[in-house]
Order: sequence, then C-alpha cells, then structure tokens
Amino acid sequence: MKILYGMQKPDEGTIAVDGDQVSFHSPADAIARGIGMVHQHFMLADNLTVLENVVLGSEKLYGIGGGARRKIREISERYGLGVRPDALVEDLGVADRQRVEILKVLYRGARTLILDEPTAVLVPQEVNALFDNLRELKSEGLAVIFISHKLGEVLSVADEITVIRRGTTVGTAVPSETTPRQLAEMMVGSELPTPETAESTVTDRPVIQVENLTVYAAGGASLGIEAEPVAVGGTGVTGGMTAESAVAGEVKRVLDDVTFTIHAGEVMGIAGVEGNGQTELIDALIGLKSADSGTIRFLGEDITPWPTRKRREQGVGYIPEDRHRHGLLLEAPLWENRILGHVTEKPNSKGRGGFWLDPKAAQEDTRRIVEAYDVRTPGIDVTAASLSGGNQQKLIVGREMSHSPKFLIAAHPTRGVDVGAQAAIWDHIREARREGLAVLLISADLDELIGLSDTLRVIYNGRLVADADPATITPEALGSAMTGAASGHLEDVEAGQEGDAAAPEDEAR
Amino acid sequence: MKKFDRERVLLAVAGPVIALVAAILLTSVVLIASGKNPFEPYALMLEQAGFSDVQVLIVNQASMYYLAALAVAVGFRMNLFNIGVDGQYRLAAMMTAVVGAHVALPSFLQVPLLLLVGAFTGAFWAGIAGLLKVTRGVSEVVATIMLNAIATSVIGYLTLDNIFGVQVGNNNTTGEMNESGWVPGIDLGPETGEIYGLVFLAVLMGVAYWVVLNRTRFGFDLRATGESETAAAASGVDAKKMVLAAMLISGGVAGLSGLPLLLGDAHTYSLSFPTGLGFTGITIALLGRNNPGGIAFAALLIAFLDKASPALDYATPVAYEKEIATIMQGLIVFAVVISYEAVRQWGLRRQQKRVGAELAAEAGNNNSKKEVAA
Repeated sequence: MKILYGMQKPDEGTIAVDGDQVSFHSPADAIARGIGMVHQHFMLADNLTVLENVVLGSEKLYGIGGGARRKIREISERYGLGVRPDALVEDLGVADRQRVEILKVLYRGARTLILDEPTAVLVPQEVNALFDNLRELKSEGLAVIFISHKLGEVLSVADEITVIRRGTTVGTAVPSETTPRQLAEMMVGSELPTPETAESTVTDRPVIQVENLTVYAAGGASLGIEAEPVAVGGTGVTGGMTAESAVAGEVKRVLDDVTFTIHAGEVMGIAGVEGNGQTELIDALIGLKSADSGTIRFLGEDITPWPTRKRREQGVGYIPEDRHRHGLLLEAPLWENRILGHVTEKPNSKGRGGFWLDPKAAQEDTRRIVEAYDVRTPGIDVTAASLSGGNQQKLIVGREMSHSPKFLIAAHPTRGVDVGAQAAIWDHIREARREGLAVLLISADLDELIGLSDTLRVIYNGRLVADADPATITPEALGSAMTGAASGHLEDVEAGQEGDAAAPEDEAR
Repeated sequence: MKKFDRERVLLAVAGPVIALVAAILLTSVVLIASGKNPFEPYALMLEQAGFSDVQVLIVNQASMYYLAALAVAVGFRMNLFNIGVDGQYRLAAMMTAVVGAHVALPSFLQVPLLLLVGAFTGAFWAGIAGLLKVTRGVSEVVATIMLNAIATSVIGYLTLDNIFGVQVGNNNTTGEMNESGWVPGIDLGPETGEIYGLVFLAVLMGVAYWVVLNRTRFGFDLRATGESETAAAASGVDAKKMVLAAMLISGGVAGLSGLPLLLGDAHTYSLSFPTGLGFTGITIALLGRNNPGGIAFAALLIAFLDKASPALDYATPVAYEKEIATIMQGLIVFAVVISYEAVRQWGLRRQQKRVGAELAAEAGNNNSKKEVAA
C-alpha cells in the first residue's frame, strides 16, 4: 500500500498502471499517475473549510476560488458525495470528513483509489452510505482498492478479493462464490497454530476490579462540560449510538460506565472495532488517563489515583498496542529498552529506591531475555529500531514477563508477529496464566481472542455491550456484536457457566 | 557486538567532522567571494593557538562556554529548548556579585554560598518558564526568550545607583566583591596569565552530568522522555515533574556559567560583563551532541575561534576581518544540524540493513526458515 502510493520503494517487482510500468519516488508521482489514497487517519486541517482543505497543495489545478468551488461541486454531484465546499471541517462528522478525503483525492484526478480500513471509524449506517459512494465511483469507471480486515464488508463491496497474509498474496477470490468462512481460512491460514487454551485456570480471587469506569473525551472534563460539545454529523448521517451519546452540550464519553472483574488465572478478551474505547480503557488501567468517575481496584486496593509508575511497580504489566509509540525507545539500544518501564526495579537499578542504574545487570538480563524469548538480534547494543516488528514485540513480552506481573494488559500482543513467535507469545501468556496471572487481552484477531480468553466482552462505543463464552462463540457472531448489531449475552445457552457471573454486567443497556 | 560499538563511535564522530569540514569550506567560499585568500586566515589563527597566553584565554573562555552548553544540553536531552540560558546566566552572575559584595563570610563558607546563589538564581529564573509550561502549557522557547528580555531590565534596575549599583567611571557595577569570595586561579606567570580556579568546577559538572544522565534512574527517565515522550509516559515517567526538574537543573547550571569569570577575575558585575554566552552555549551543545566529552571539544573550538580571531585584524601584510570567525560559527550551526540529521538517518538505515544481513546469514547457517529483519 505504501509502495503503491510512492511512500516506500519496492526492493523487487514492478507496478504497472494502465499497462505502463511505473516507478514512484514520492506520493506526488503516484498522484500524477492517477493513484490517490485515503488514509485511515484523516489528514485534514480542522480550522479550514472543505474548499481550503481540498485545494491545499494543489492550488495550481483549478485555482483557489470560484474555479475550485465549481470543480468540487461538480465532483460532489457526480459521485453523490454531498460535500459542501464552504463548511468548516471541524463542524463535520467522521463520515463527512471521510467523504472530503475521497473528494480531495478525486479532485487531484485520481483514477485509482486506495482506501485503508475506511470503515474502522464508521457506524453501520455510515458504512452503507460509504459503500453506495464507492459503487457510484465504480460505475463511473474508477478503480477502488478497499483494504479491510472485516470480511463481511469486503464480500459485500468488492468485485474481486485478494488475500494478503504476512506480506504475500495467499489467494484471490470472487465474492459471489466465497463464504466468509472460506475467506477467513485464507486469511488465517490452515497451518496456523491455534491459540486454544486447554484447561481453565480461573480462580475466584479477583485481581482487577473495574467499577463504573467513565472517561470523557480528551479535554472535555477539565474544560468543563459545556466547553466541548461533540461535533454532530452535519448531514445527519450519524445515527444509532453515536447520536445518542452525542446529545448537544454533552461531552462524549469515550468510556461509559465500564464494569468488569478479572480473576487470577483468567484471560478476559475484549473484542471491538478499533476506536470504540479500547485505547482509553488501556490508558485508564495503566494510569495514562485518569478516570472521570468509577474506581479501579487491584488486588483489593483502590489504585484509581495511583500514578503509572506505582501501578507498574506493583505488578501491572503492559504490552502496548502501539509498540513504537508506547513500548520502545527506538533509537536506544536493546538493553536500555529492557530498562524502560521498570527502571525502579531489579535488575535495572540498585541502591535505595532504585536511585542508581545498574547497566551491567540490565545488560545481563537483556541477554537472558533475548535467549529465552528468541529475540533475533546480533547483540544487545543494536537499536530497537533495527529489529523487525516481531522481534521488538518478543523483547517487550519478555521484558514485561520478567517482572512476574500479577495483571497483564496485552493489547494486540501478536500484531505484526510471525507465526512462530505468535505461538511462543501465546505460550508465555498461557504459562503465566497458569501461575495466576490475570490478563486483559485486546485484539483485532478474533481467533486469538476466542482461543486465548476465558471470558469475552464486546466493546462498542465506549460500553461493554455484550459478553460471550469463547467455548461456543463463532467469529461471525462476535463480529456482528462488534458492529453494535447484537448485545447482551451471545450464545446465552452457556451463560450460566461463566466464571465471573457475579460481576454485575448491565446487559440491557 | 564490538562491531556495533565501533560503528557507534564512527557515527558519533562522523557528524561533527562532516559539519566542521563543511563549515570551513563554506567559510573559504565566503573568503573567495570577497576576494581574499581562502586559506591564510586559518593558518594565522592556528598560529595564535601556539601562544601560551592565548591558550590560557581559550581555556578560561571554554570553561564558561562549557557550563552554558551543559545547561542547554540538559534541556536538549529531554526535548526542552532552554533558549534562556543567557538571561539565567546574566541574572545569576549579577545576583552573585551583589551577594558577594554585601556578605562577608570566611572563604570556605563564602565561596559555596556564592555558588549556591548563582545556581539558585539561575534555577529560579528557568523555573518560571518550567512552571508556566507545566501549569499553563506555555512553550518554554517563548517563555525563556521573554525572560531573557525581562532579565535585562531587572539587571538594569538592580544596578541603579540607589539600589545595588556602584558607579565606577562611566560603568555601572555592583561594587567590588569581598575578597573572601574570590577563587584563586593557577598563576602561570605574568606573561601568560592565570587559569580560573573554577575551570575545575566546569570539569566536575561535566562528570556529574554524565553520571546523572547515564547512571541514575532520574537520568534514564530524562533521556527516555527526550527520546519518546509517549513511551516514557507509558513507562511511568511523570512528564510534568520531569519538565520542571529539567528546567530547574538547566537553569541552575546556567547560573553557574558566569562564575568562573566573576569569582576568578572580574569580581564585579558590570556593563562590560560578556553577554550572549547562553546563545553560544546552544551552538556548542549542538556541536558536542549533548555529550560531555563532545561539548568539551566544541567549547574549546569555539573559544579558540573567539580568542584567535582578533589577531586577524592585525595580520601583516594583509589584514582580515575577525568577523570571519563569527561567520564560521554561524556556518557551523547550520552544518551541524544538517549533517547530524543526515548521519543519524543514514546510521539507522545502515544498522537495520546490517542486522538484517547478519540474521539472514545466521538463519542460513541454521537452515532455519525464520523471519529476517527487514
């Protein structure tokens, strides 16, 4: 995807556009060839109007005044995008912003559109609207590359599906002849080690108890409730839960009244489309975001006011969802990365309160981790950035496990990790679970969630809307709950047998 | 592993060397453009460095540059740009001079007292910017620049005759300090001059800087914050506390940077007290890569340019403008910033490739089909 858009150069292979072999040195080359990309994270300036955002960087095409406005109107009408050129971007909802992004690309004359996980941030109605737009584009003769990990969507919108796994094409499929199951098998691969956990090790000793945890959108709570009304979709496409929680004058709750308990030896999986509160939940648990209301208890103690360091010292392990941003110092050597997050603990420091660093011991221990967790590196003095993602992840897992945590927050623990390392990481989590570790597992890999978890919850729009028994649930059923289509107990035949039936779960919400 | 160590040394040295060569070449271009001999000034300046009295001047100047650059470097190590070292340094020197003139304790108490006054004044002044950043989110760059201007006014006010000022000729001074607060230097004879006693303070601070940053938890937190704020926060570093602490330390060191001159030679703060030390410190910290050894070299180099260049004005048969040294200092800043970034990226890529290659070779040996780092 990055190569196609000119952001990265291929080592081998060729790209042909309209039959001509091309090589892109920058996104500008790709744009000149009629390739446009809509990023997962929108690249719009909030304080500018739609018109200004669209012409930004391509002022030469149609000017910045009337000509550009006419062109925008024309594109908008031709493809039914419904974009108003003079609206301020900050007043637009997510779906509208996305249409602006699409328009931006079309404005630059793109004939091939790349959409990177475009539905991750949309609610179902918005997804349908987007698909209508895409069909419109298709009928006008444009090509669309739609990248998604949601099988149902791919099947419903695509004419041809190519499955990529770990950097290679594993197959192509025609949607009309393919079932989600077959597609899933292609995606996951048959040789994949299953993350199944053999026997239950759940005890009745609660390790982490979260009660009524609520977190408001950034800045909302501190600026006062009136200060930050959530932008409600301008064209009224926003529907369902979004509109409900975005009542004018009220700050959006990114975590809304979340309650759960994880016991020693229990893995609780959280399923959900990204951006539904998972990040905030992790931040609240590790102490990067303070709870606006509700309590977090760790081994019976109220840790809500504790700072991050104290939580980590007391045995909260953390495998972050974005290892580059939260888990590593990319330009520091591996052994310094081994210290990160545990600087006050042995073997990294010595003296009273861990005042002095102990580089020798830390290096020694890094060698042990490299050995034990099979981190493939020529030495411990290379920078973290020079390792592959999988090896970085193994280092992080090794580091967190080395301090025998009592509660582990594992966010996408095997994302971007090769098959062998994936199995090893699962093994480590399972082993620690046997010894009484409580794990909060957040993952986009539904098979991983189902296989590894003892209990499953579904997060949607900041709330835990459903729970399920991993022994009986299917990825499809879980997937439908993730889009908010189902709630309450999934597969409720098994409901009574769950270990944490005592936890008050407000299913009727 | 040895290889990677050597590699790191190579990378560390490559940046400054490329920068200096580029700066010298560009200066030569300037000389050619103005119709002068493009090489002779360097020879003249190098010749100056051979004289022992110039050497003493260079060492003395370098000690002050060194402290100022350390102050800047502390900030740099956690991505704080304390551009207000200059104001902190001037205010601290003035306050120290005032205290030195009005308090008379025995020497073994007076000198530590004066050092503390200097450090605390600098820390206080930088701490204002730190507090503003932590509580109100004010950029430390803006705050410290403004505090520089305010420091100038405060100094102007406090050195008025009816406050602490003493008029000597047409110079405003703070009055002669009590002799118990003077720090004796190393006398190298009447021809050569005297090396400030507080040169050793600079050396000591350099050692302390290295120990604190590389061998203490605090230093690790500080470096981690500088390398990745998000990762540091997730690892449990309290960013606000670190910002404040780093600003206080930076200001404290800045406050010390004027004292070698004040306690060793001038013994009073006056209008002729050097300014701009803090800004030169930024250049030096950049050139020295925030590394105590590197900063020492850079401080000596810049001090050399400063002290050897005046001779250019009197060179025979052709005189050169001594501002050539200033041009060169400016060019060094440019070249440093560009070459460091280039070398850094090149080094990262190179290492990634090598790690990949080594792993591939290893995997080949083991007949293992495991992944290879890209």
